[in-house]
Amino acid sequence: MSEANRFGSGPVQSAGSWHKYFFTGAVVLLCLWVLVPIYLLLVNTFSSPEAVASYPKKAFPVVDTESLKFFMNYAGVGQALWNSIKVATVTMILSISAGAPAGYALSRFDFRGKDTFRVLVLMTRAFPLPLLALPLAVMYIRVGLDDSVLGLAFVHTTLALPFAVLITYSLFSGIPIELEEAAWTLGCNRFQAFMKVIFPLVLPGIAASAIFAFVISWNEVFAAAVLTIENRTLPAFLLQGLSDSPLHLKFAGGAVLVLPALLFIFMVRKYLFSMWGIANR
Amino acid sequence: MYPKSLPYLLLLPAAVFLCLFFLYPFGLVAWQAFVNDSGQFTSDFFVEMSSHWKFNTAFTNTLLLALAVVPFQICLALYMATLVNGMKRGRDLILYVWTIPLGISDLAAGIIWLAIFDQTGFLNSAMQGLGFIDQPMSLLGYQSKGTIFLAILVAEVWRATAIVLVILVAGMGLIPKEYYEAAEVFGAGRWKRFTKITLPMLKPSLQTAMILRIIMAFEVFAVVVALGGTNLPVLMGEIYTWQFDLQDANVAAAYAMVILAISIACTLLIMWGLRTPKGARV
Repeated sequence: MSEANRFGSGPVQSAGSWHKYFFTGAVVLLCLWVLVPIYLLLVNTFSSPEAVASYPKKAFPVVDTESLKFFMNYAGVGQALWNSIKVATVTMILSISAGAPAGYALSRFDFRGKDTFRVLVLMTRAFPLPLLALPLAVMYIRVGLDDSVLGLAFVHTTLALPFAVLITYSLFSGIPIELEEAAWTLGCNRFQAFMKVIFPLVLPGIAASAIFAFVISWNEVFAAAVLTIENRTLPAFLLQGLSDSPLHLKFAGGAVLVLPALLFIFMVRKYLFSMWGIANR
Repeated sequence: MYPKSLPYLLLLPAAVFLCLFFLYPFGLVAWQAFVNDSGQFTSDFFVEMSSHWKFNTAFTNTLLLALAVVPFQICLALYMATLVNGMKRGRDLILYVWTIPLGISDLAAGIIWLAIFDQTGFLNSAMQGLGFIDQPMSLLGYQSKGTIFLAILVAEVWRATAIVLVILVAGMGLIPKEYYEAAEVFGAGRWKRFTKITLPMLKPSLQTAMILRIIMAFEVFAVVVALGGTNLPVLMGEIYTWQFDLQDANVAAAYAMVILAISIACTLLIMWGLRTPKGARV
């Protein structure tokens, strides 16, 4: 509760009922501001194609899965969905397997070049990363990675890796080194100590940052659209069809894009704060 | 204790990866923008880019959007963060709801707001239901650049305020609450505490949030395509057009240089403008 009283006496306590109503009103209004647009997208998704094109719209739909079925059976959607999952999974594996060791090294060792590496990681935040897709499109044709799952996953890993490094860095920093030292004195070598003591403790956090990497890749549009032609991911596929596909196809596609991401973000909500390299408390 | 090489071995994969897929491609894109096929330094691609009729519009649109969206987002996120911090119960739930857009891609956000702003969408339906209009207005047609701009603005504020909120809430958590207690003892009101303690102490977080957001704002792409098609050109959209429809990677690279230049310029400006003097850090 001390958390909530950070401002000495919070606004709720100190002010009169007028202020209390204003406060509650603002909170409710801002919640609606976030939730209502998503609800309206779902209304469109679960309406029949005719209802999606009709006017005026109703706020409560007659639930109908025809639009969704149409979308799922639409030529290319299944393949795009599968490509999205493949790219996101490879991104997840790459960014954790490269990011977690780096995060561990940053949190446990002092060595020359540590600051250089940190600057390199932080620098990725100050650059418009989707632009990387442009030169890579040329390079990939030369090395035979063009239009491939792996090629796109590399770009997405560049987006996700800095986050993986920062999250795992804060995870490892949150575990006292004494735990590891105790394991060493009991006869574990460094690797055993890590696997038996540290790894189980950070596993949930690692899983969260893996999920976050998945979401970053799942949502990425520009690089996916530039680097793939036949093997489009779902966002690239939707983007390509935006100008000529019927409304109900767009909305169903949007919902299929949103729902897994919502679920994932719900799963990682505890780690939202360490994602930005800053501790919450 | 441990071999000296261990930390380097652990860093190696990530470092190699970032060099190969972050530093090297940025060198490559610069090369593409400045050097022609016969290997000579040239400004031809920039001339071609800037003489194209869409360049100025795309450039102004991108800048205007960023200038309209980012300050508004910072203020909104500041307000939301103070609301969250003043809460006694349900803080985590509200914070979760407000950060939902964090998981939503720009394309999906564009589609979500298309459901609202489309001619047969919910906004027109609601306004007709309330009797403001007799027939649906075309809000996203090629003649209504103003409303397209507004729609993109709303969608961007909706989508990307969450990230600013997360950074600011985390930053506020680092401010020692004794400061507020002391200020209260001396009779400082809520507004005064906000401007004299919260804002100055929050500078590093504000800096991070603004840099992150302004760079994302210059990359605005899928929201624009979803809501405006090609009716409202922006820099990222032009890159896509040059790369794909016009098959000219060099001019696309020149555009990339423009985005890179304004990104770096803004980053430096924000870093300088919101610098924390040494000795004033907690």
